[in-house]
Amino acid sequence: MRADSILFPTEAGLFCPEGGFHIDPLRPVERALITHGHSDHARFGHGAVMATAETLEIMRLRMGDGFAGSTQVAEGKTRIGGVTVGFHPAGHVLGSSQIAVEAGGRRIVVSGDYARQPNPTCAPFEPVPCDVFVTEATFGLPVFRFPDPATQVAKLLSSMAAFPDRPHLIGAYALGKAQHVIALMREAGYDAPIAIHGALKALCDFYAARGIDLGALVPATAEDVAAQLVIAPPSGFASPWVQRFRDPVIGFASGWMAVRARARQRGVELPLVISDHVDWPALTSTLAELAPAEVWVTHGAEDGVMRWCELAQIPARPLRLVGYEDEAE
Amino acid sequence: MKGFAALLERLAFTPARNAKLQLLQHYLERTPDPDRGWALAALTGDLELRRVTPSLLRGLAAERVDGELLALSYDFVGDLAETIALLWPEGAEDDPSLSQAVALLQGTGKAALPGAIAGMLDRLGPSERLAFLKLATGNLRIGVSARMARMALAGMGAPSVPEIEEIWHGLVPPYAPLFGWLGGGARPESAALAPFRPVMLSTPTDLDELHGLDPRDYFAEWKWDGIRVQAVSEGGMRRLYSRTGEDISHAFPDVIEAMEFEGSADGELIVRREGEVAPFGELQKRLNRKTVGKGLLASHPAGLRLYDLLLWDGRDLRAEPLEMRRAVLEAVDLGPRIDISPLLDFATWDDLAALRADPPAAVIEGVMIKRRDSAYVAGRPRGPWFKWKRDPMVVDAVLIYAQRGHGKRSGFHSDFTFGLWDGGELVPVGKAYFGFTDAELRELDRFVRQNTVERYGPVRALAPKLVVEVAFEGLNRSTRHRSGVAMRFPRISRIRWDKPAAEADRLETLEAML
Repeated sequence: MRADSILFPTEAGLFCPEGGFHIDPLRPVERALITHGHSDHARFGHGAVMATAETLEIMRLRMGDGFAGSTQVAEGKTRIGGVTVGFHPAGHVLGSSQIAVEAGGRRIVVSGDYARQPNPTCAPFEPVPCDVFVTEATFGLPVFRFPDPATQVAKLLSSMAAFPDRPHLIGAYALGKAQHVIALMREAGYDAPIAIHGALKALCDFYAARGIDLGALVPATAEDVAAQLVIAPPSGFASPWVQRFRDPVIGFASGWMAVRARARQRGVELPLVISDHVDWPALTSTLAELAPAEVWVTHGAEDGVMRWCELAQIPARPLRLVGYEDEAE
Repeated sequence: MKGFAALLERLAFTPARNAKLQLLQHYLERTPDPDRGWALAALTGDLELRRVTPSLLRGLAAERVDGELLALSYDFVGDLAETIALLWPEGAEDDPSLSQAVALLQGTGKAALPGAIAGMLDRLGPSERLAFLKLATGNLRIGVSARMARMALAGMGAPSVPEIEEIWHGLVPPYAPLFGWLGGGARPESAALAPFRPVMLSTPTDLDELHGLDPRDYFAEWKWDGIRVQAVSEGGMRRLYSRTGEDISHAFPDVIEAMEFEGSADGELIVRREGEVAPFGELQKRLNRKTVGKGLLASHPAGLRLYDLLLWDGRDLRAEPLEMRRAVLEAVDLGPRIDISPLLDFATWDDLAALRADPPAAVIEGVMIKRRDSAYVAGRPRGPWFKWKRDPMVVDAVLIYAQRGHGKRSGFHSDFTFGLWDGGELVPVGKAYFGFTDAELRELDRFVRQNTVERYGPVRALAPKLVVEVAFEGLNRSTRHRSGVAMRFPRISRIRWDKPAAEADRLETLEAML
């Protein structure tokens, strides 16, 4: 069986006719397999949803109990229709998985979003040998080479020391990045309370309940916030909420911060290059390590990844799926 | 290189002046010589280095990265130096010093340059690679003025900004004697001929304060709307300095030529035609030029109007009383281009108030009041010299656009564009960023949020509802503004929540003030 008849792109997303399911569908479908809980991958209103226990819980926290008709926790290999599916850690956020689809002796691995840098808040990426590897290309250009996150945390700590009277407001996406930044600060030995925006509370509680130590967190909703470090989702900065802070240092934790013009556009004073995606060396070395017969590229800077595959003589094609936000970092 | 690169990165992302200053001082305090001196020179644009061309850099990158990937990357990043800094292959980092980088860029011949630059890039991390490439292309762009640098230096030790300004022009990078002095060592001898000497500044006053003083103890003269300068001519060297010590001689060859004296004089730089002082806008055309053409020299002749002497014919007069310095000044004749600011005749403060209220020329912006016995001292001592400015002009304008501020005001809409009525239309006439209290800022911000009718990127167009009183110090004709006029130093002096927008002033009212 040809790989592209096992799985192929449709308007609703990647579709597997033998199993009757979509992976990370962009609109409501009968049966969905979800790689991770970010809102552009995990949407509301599918009939049946299969995902890791953590991803299902995250979807419930963000969308409420009725987010899907029925749910099933992914465990081990599962037979669905004419195919076998398996979930393997992707190292992106808590619960994130690659989904392996096997049929007729071929295996396609849909990586979803993935990262190779050690991340204290989730299980590491597991390389799964495959015939076709479906990769993201969010940071698919050689200019993206992320530093050790410890250096970025050191930068934040040194700014907090240089400006002890200024609150440091760090923008970080609510699922994954916020907890990642907090955990990195704790790893660096920072043990003072950290204030979090209300939109982060439920997810931080969930991470803590899953045994990820985030230390003392206090709400950043009071009129007088008793912490020098404040973590908030990027949307918080566009709202009047931000006005309670006097002369704040505004930071943002994202892989995009590697490029100054991007950081400037956001009006950031303290760019922190902390990403939950693969950078260029990690992406290309993953492709080299897995050495799949074919690479399919989902979203991001496809052109760069396509060119690398051409030079490495690995057949590759872009899926041109529309609807995944490359900003969702 | 690491410290310098970290400083550049923070400065590039820090819009607020005070925070910039703090970062700069922090760096200078913690960095050894000669690196800090080279960094200072690089930041203030005083470092002469071999300029590396973009084509040389492109060539180096093309040897290391696939051409198509380079093109895609450059397209995304939008800056060649940054693209190359980001994708240069990691080498064995050994953190060479800034001095080594400077020595390389100063001393390498053309043929050896590409190899030397590649060799240096191999030794640096990404942030340091960018700092090095910015240095090499002469393109730091981080908004640090020489003035700000001197303020950071003054924060490091006992010497004050005026004391540093006094010796600044004799110094060359990497400034080891300067840092030695700031660290408690000997003061460097000013090596420059015709050096700048710190100026004496005045404090604002009003009639209430003046009534407590005896008018007989004071001189008064007009406050001219030009630029305060120090004209120095010593041992054949002539220089014209702004009051912060910037050397502006090159833009005013006509004035330099007329400086036929031996000494250092304090006065106002003006454009003068047939004895009449031209408005400030005319002088502005002569500023910030590297060179000045014959046409402009003829159409906008510059001159000096002196009011004090620091040194004259080899004597330092600064410790003498003003009365005595003035007597020396009035005895000299320096030709038609340089004259003396006359003293005003008054017996009481009310006499002076009457003169101030009705000056003989529009370019007068108030009066200066100086104690007859005052020595010429650096800085802004409270008292011996006062400026009593004319009341500002005001118009009632309508807010039409708003934009978010930076630094302390990030999150608030604090940058406002206001307009006046021209027929049934509001024409933008200026922008104001301050003048309101923090509490008023919050109210203005709320008004902006609730009255946005359209957005253009960061700019919000507002429903024309709110009238503000805008105070300003003067008006110039301007071809750059749609209204044809430009305000000087505009600020929001009052928010007129009470006034209907239709009753705001008309453009004709403003034009009549010209």
